[in-house]
Amino acid sequence: MIKRNLPFAAIAVIALVAAPLLLEPFRLSLLAKYLCYAIVALGIGLAWGQGGMLTLGQGVFFGLGGYAMAMYLKLSESGGGLPDFMVWSGVEELPALWAPFANPVFALTMAVAGPVLLAVVLGTLVFRQRVRGAYFAILTQALAAAMVILLVGQQGLTGGTNGMTNFFELFGADLADDSTQRVLYLVVAGVLGVLYLATRQLVNSRFGRLLVAVRDGEDRVRFLGYDPALVKTVTFAVSAGLAGLAGALFVPVVGIISPALLGVVPSLELVVAVAVGGRQVLAGAVLGAVVMGYAQTTFSEQFANGWLYLQGALFILVMTLAPKGIAGILGRLRRARTA
Amino acid sequence: MTAVVNQLPIGLSIAAVLLLVALGLTVTFGQMGVINMAHGEFIMAGAYTAFLLGDLLLALPAAFVVAGLMGLALERGAIRHFYGRPLDTLLLTWGVSLVLQQLARDLFGAPNVQVPAPSWLSGGIGILPYNRLFIMALAVAGVAGIWLYLTRTRLGRRTQAVVQNRRLAATSGIDPGRVDMLTFFIGSGLAGLAGVALTLIGPVGPALGTYYIVDAFLVVVAGGLGQLRGAVLAAVGLGLLNSYAEFWSDASLAKVLVFAAVIGFLQVRPQGLVALRSRALT
Repeated sequence: MIKRNLPFAAIAVIALVAAPLLLEPFRLSLLAKYLCYAIVALGIGLAWGQGGMLTLGQGVFFGLGGYAMAMYLKLSESGGGLPDFMVWSGVEELPALWAPFANPVFALTMAVAGPVLLAVVLGTLVFRQRVRGAYFAILTQALAAAMVILLVGQQGLTGGTNGMTNFFELFGADLADDSTQRVLYLVVAGVLGVLYLATRQLVNSRFGRLLVAVRDGEDRVRFLGYDPALVKTVTFAVSAGLAGLAGALFVPVVGIISPALLGVVPSLELVVAVAVGGRQVLAGAVLGAVVMGYAQTTFSEQFANGWLYLQGALFILVMTLAPKGIAGILGRLRRARTA
Repeated sequence: MTAVVNQLPIGLSIAAVLLLVALGLTVTFGQMGVINMAHGEFIMAGAYTAFLLGDLLLALPAAFVVAGLMGLALERGAIRHFYGRPLDTLLLTWGVSLVLQQLARDLFGAPNVQVPAPSWLSGGIGILPYNRLFIMALAVAGVAGIWLYLTRTRLGRRTQAVVQNRRLAATSGIDPGRVDMLTFFIGSGLAGLAGVALTLIGPVGPALGTYYIVDAFLVVVAGGLGQLRGAVLAAVGLGLLNSYAEFWSDASLAKVLVFAAVIGFLQVRPQGLVALRSRALT
């Protein structure tokens, strides 16, 4: 038990103690951003790696969480008045949809409950009808596409293409301040750690075994008397909730939420990250999100155009040569050493 | 009432483009179970072919061949190693699509380009502009061509045999690999034609394909696997729904309505409009 948790404990010490001490503030908040993505990746690892549901629309849930948080931040700054972007787009009265988000408890609850609810409705409708595999992937992608168009179109409600930005404070703390960012980093890292342990517990439980069974032979599971649609819907909802929470954390860390952050491409990029890290194990998903986030920042800083080629090529290579990703390679190395 | 009628040519020409795009997807998806995310970039390749040639009638066969050869290369180079792993293929081809988009950006520049429409397509009959009429005719010709190919030629019948039962077809002496190559060539070629058609109604940019690929996939889902009839009906249905929803609500709600309609439709017919009857479980 202790031995199994050793790598996790080591990484937790590095992330919670070493990183805040050693990294400069700019790098630390970049790391916090990657860790937010890692929370989404955790959900993808659960739904896709364990459950076989390739979801290409996690950006939608991430966005719902992010917008809920952003609405709260905007309202707390305007003191219940009209947020700045609404004034610019000529809205005169605060929309009824916005009013309850002035309450932080409500906003945070909605950041998770909204995505979960959407996933339960969609999952029930889709999985009950035994729509699966590629069909499910296509539907989630269409959802992401529709969501972006909706957000861009409803400028007065959502800030349109620009989304929402210019956040100054969170619960009275100055967001531009380094110490606030350090606390935010610690919160994100802590939340990720707890969620990782909880998700791992879920995967190792009876439910987790059932989920893998559904992935590998849905009909057989049905014949044994279980309800695969229920198992899949619950899993999909959990992954949506994770993405929603990640979105809510992302907004104060990065300071912006916009349609470009949650459309078809970012949703797919996260799936790619999970594939690169290794979809078979949850740790692979987390690792992939951090590695790909870091790679994207580093390479696009140096050569902007090259990054897309590199990303595409990396993707093709991982899919052809190492479908189990980095985690698969590490696992093979470890086995080779002990053998 | 007049608004309803005026919107009709727009809806039908969107449907026609969707149909051309989805036809290719539906044959490759139906036959090989391959989700080709790079299909949208074949549309883009077709459109840029038209831009380079500058002549519509010359561009049609050229775009078909260019996009078809790209599809063939993709199938031989990568996809054929991935049969039986549809979700991996989806991600793989998405990587290809990223590379192709960036390539187009480097070759032709990021800003959109305009392909001048030939003068003989200006004007129209009543509310039917010639350019939209031409696109509809192109789609009808595409469907008719595929239908004739599938039902009247030896190769087409072999293709159908592979679609219905790959292993049985292989035991009967058909080489499924060769049929796959041909199917991919034709399917991708059709996307090229769709690209040429799109130059008649709008500008051409590196991301052109991404606007149509999601809708085209929805057509495949709603139409049923590998079924020509299903694809035609679903494309017309979704194309019209799209343009009328945009007209009556606003453009941003239209996509949500279309999505909801497809989900609702799947409650009634989860297999799509036209499904291959089969007793297989999965």
